[in-house]
Amino acid sequence: MQLEYVGAFQIVLGVLFRFWPVWLSLAVVLTLSITYKKRLGLYGQLFDTGVGVAGVVICLFWLFTAIFSGTVAPFDPLVQNVVMKDALPGAMTPDGGVYLFGGDRLARDIFSRMVFGSQIVLIIAPAATAFALMVGITLGLPAGYFGGRIDSVLSFLANLVLAFPVILLFYLLVTPGIMDTPIPYALAGVFFLFPIVFFCVLFYTRFRNRTDRLYPQLAITLVLGLWIYVGLVFDADPLGIISIRPNELNIFVAVVFASSPGVFRIVRGLVMDIKTRDYVAAAQTRGETPWYIMLWEILPNARGPLIVDACLRIGYTTILLGTLGYFGLGLAPESPDWGTAIKDSSRLLRAFIHPALPPVIALMSFVLGLNLLADALREQSLKD
Amino acid sequence: MLAFIVRRLGTMALTMLCLTLVVFFMVNLEPNLRKLSISQLDMRSSDAHIESWLQRNGYRDNFFVRYGRWLGVVEKQPNFNAEGQPVPRFSYCNEPAEPHYGGILQGDFGCSTKFKTTVAAKLFPALRATGILMFWVMVVMVPISLLIGILAGMREGSRTDRSLSVASITTTATPEYVSGVIFTVIFASWLGWLNGSAASATGPGGITFYNFTLPVMTMAIYGIGYIARMTRASMVEVMTQQYIRTARLKGLSFSAVVVKHALRNALIAPFTVIMLQFPWLLTGVVIVEVMFRYQGFGYTLVEAAGNNDIDLLLGCSLVSVAVVLSTQLISDVGYAYLNPRIRVQ
Repeated sequence: MQLEYVGAFQIVLGVLFRFWPVWLSLAVVLTLSITYKKRLGLYGQLFDTGVGVAGVVICLFWLFTAIFSGTVAPFDPLVQNVVMKDALPGAMTPDGGVYLFGGDRLARDIFSRMVFGSQIVLIIAPAATAFALMVGITLGLPAGYFGGRIDSVLSFLANLVLAFPVILLFYLLVTPGIMDTPIPYALAGVFFLFPIVFFCVLFYTRFRNRTDRLYPQLAITLVLGLWIYVGLVFDADPLGIISIRPNELNIFVAVVFASSPGVFRIVRGLVMDIKTRDYVAAAQTRGETPWYIMLWEILPNARGPLIVDACLRIGYTTILLGTLGYFGLGLAPESPDWGTAIKDSSRLLRAFIHPALPPVIALMSFVLGLNLLADALREQSLKD
Repeated sequence: MLAFIVRRLGTMALTMLCLTLVVFFMVNLEPNLRKLSISQLDMRSSDAHIESWLQRNGYRDNFFVRYGRWLGVVEKQPNFNAEGQPVPRFSYCNEPAEPHYGGILQGDFGCSTKFKTTVAAKLFPALRATGILMFWVMVVMVPISLLIGILAGMREGSRTDRSLSVASITTTATPEYVSGVIFTVIFASWLGWLNGSAASATGPGGITFYNFTLPVMTMAIYGIGYIARMTRASMVEVMTQQYIRTARLKGLSFSAVVVKHALRNALIAPFTVIMLQFPWLLTGVVIVEVMFRYQGFGYTLVEAAGNNDIDLLLGCSLVSVAVVLSTQLISDVGYAYLNPRIRVQ
C-alpha cells in the first residue's frame, strides 16, 4: 500500500502545534519568573545570563513535555500500526493521523515514543539523584567531620564502588536473573532508609528542646517515610498508591548505587573545608552536638556546590539510564525510553536514519539543558 | 614517597581482593549459574540434568573454596568421568588432570566457557586491540582539549572564551551512544566518507583511516569537553597570579607570557584530570566497541557478562580495576612530582 506524506513544512508546523500545552505553560512560567525576578533569589538571578535562560527553558520544556505527554503525543507509544513499518517522517496513517517523525521497525510512532520517553527519564533521573544525594550527604557529613576511622572505612567503600567500571556494575546488578534474588530489595531497603534517618536527625537536632514542634515533625516524617518505604521496597503499600515494578526498582537501586559515592566524595571534601571556619568553632564552643553542627551549620553553607552538583548529576543519571537502555538492561524491551530507542535504531542505521535522530537529540538536549543550568548556577554562586 | 607508594599498592591489592570477591559472589548467584549451565548444555535441559552438571563441575563446592581456587591458594580438583578416571575440567584449556594450584597468583586466569579457550588467550589480544584504540583516542583528545582550554582561559570572559565554553558543555552532554549515532548518520550514511563499522580493524585488513576514525572520534568527543573545562579553569587561575602581572609589566608580549610563564603551571591540574579520565574511557570503550563491532576489551566484557562466563568476567574486572587504581596512583604521584608545593605523606 502506498503511503501518503505531508510536506516538511507541515511536519514542522505539526510538531510545534502538538507541543501547545508545553508552550503555554512555558510562557506562563517564564512571564511569572521574569516579572518577579528580584524576589526569586538564586532562581531569579539565572535570568541575567543567556546561558541561564537557555538552561531553564530547555529543562522546563522537557519537564512540561513529561507532564503533558498524554496530550502532546498523538498515538499510544506501544501500539503498532502495521502499514506504518519504517515509514518516513510525515507519513499519514489510513485513518488520517500523521506519524510526524515516521514509524520505527515495529511500526510505532517515533514522535509519541520520544514524548513518552521523557516521562520515564524525568521520573527516574531526578528521583534517583535525590536518593543518591541523601545517601551521599548522610555518609559524607560524618566522614568529613569526624575523620579518623569512620572516614577511612567509608572512603574505602566509596573508592571500591568508584573503581568498578559503571558498565560492569550494571551488568552485575541489573541482569534479569537478579530480580529472583533478594539483592535488589536488600539494597533498596538500605538506600531508602537514608532519607528517613536524615530527616529524623535533622529535626531532632534542631528541636530537641522544643517538644511541641519536634513530635509532630518526627511523626510526619516517620509516617510519610515508612509509607513510601513500604510501598517502594516491599511493593506493599496499604493504600495502593505507591508501587514500583521490580525491574524499575532494580534500575533505580543500581543508579543510586553507582552515583552516591560521587556525592559522598564531594560532601566529604566540602565538610573538611568548611569545618575549619569560625562559625563552626563558635558552635563547638557553645557546646552544640556534632550532628547539629553538621546538619545546621555546615550543610547550609555547602548548598551552593551541592545544587550545582545535583544539576550535573541529574544529567549524568540521564546518561546512565540511556546506557542501561542501550545495553538492553533492566528496562522492558518495548519501553519507549530514549536509550532503548537509540539501541533499536542504531542497529539499522544503514537502512534508515530517521528513527535514530529524535531520541538522540532529545537526550542530548535535556542533558545539555541541565549542564547549562549548572554552569549558570555555578557562575551566580561564585559572584556572591 | 616510597612508603606512600608501598602503602597505596597495599590498598590497591586489598581493593582488588574485595572487588573480585564481590564479582565472584555476583556471578555465582543461582540465576547466573543456571544461565551458565543452560548455555553449556542446551535450552531444554531438565532441572536434574542442570543440577548434576553443576555438581560435577564443582560449582556446588563451598563458595570460599572455589574463590580460593580461582585465586590460587586452594588446589583445583579435576573432574571424574563415568569410569572414575580423572579428566580435566575443561577439555579445551589444557588443564592437567591432577589436583594443582592454578589461579591468579600462579598467573593462570582460568578458562572461558563462552569462547572455549583460556581466558589469557582471549583477554590479552582484546586488551591489545583496546590499547590501540585508547592510544589514538588520547592522541586526538589531549592536544585538542588542552588547546581549547588554553585558548578559552587565556582571556576570561572574551567572546572566544564564551563560545568555546558552550562548545565544551555541549560535548560533555553527548555520551558516546549519542555522538556515535550522530557521527555515523553524518559521515557514514549521509556523506559516505567513513565506515560505520570497525569490525574489519581487527581482521586481516587492519586499522585504516576509513574504519577507525568514527570510533576514535566518538570516544574522544565526550572527554574533550571535560578536560577542556578543567584546563580553562586552571588557566584562568594562573592568569590572575602575581608573576603573570610582573611578566606583563616588564614588557613581555601577551603570547610570550602565555607560552613561557602561564602554560607550564596551567598544565599541572589537567594532568590529573587526564589520568582520571581512564576509568571513564573504560565505560566509553564498552559502548563504542559494541556500537562499531570492534573486537576489543569492551566487546569481550559484554560477551562475558551476557553469557555469565565466570573466569573471563573475573579476568575483565581484575584488569579494569587494575587500570583504574593504577591511573589514580600515577596521577597522585605525578601531581606531587609536577607541583613541588605538594608533599605526599
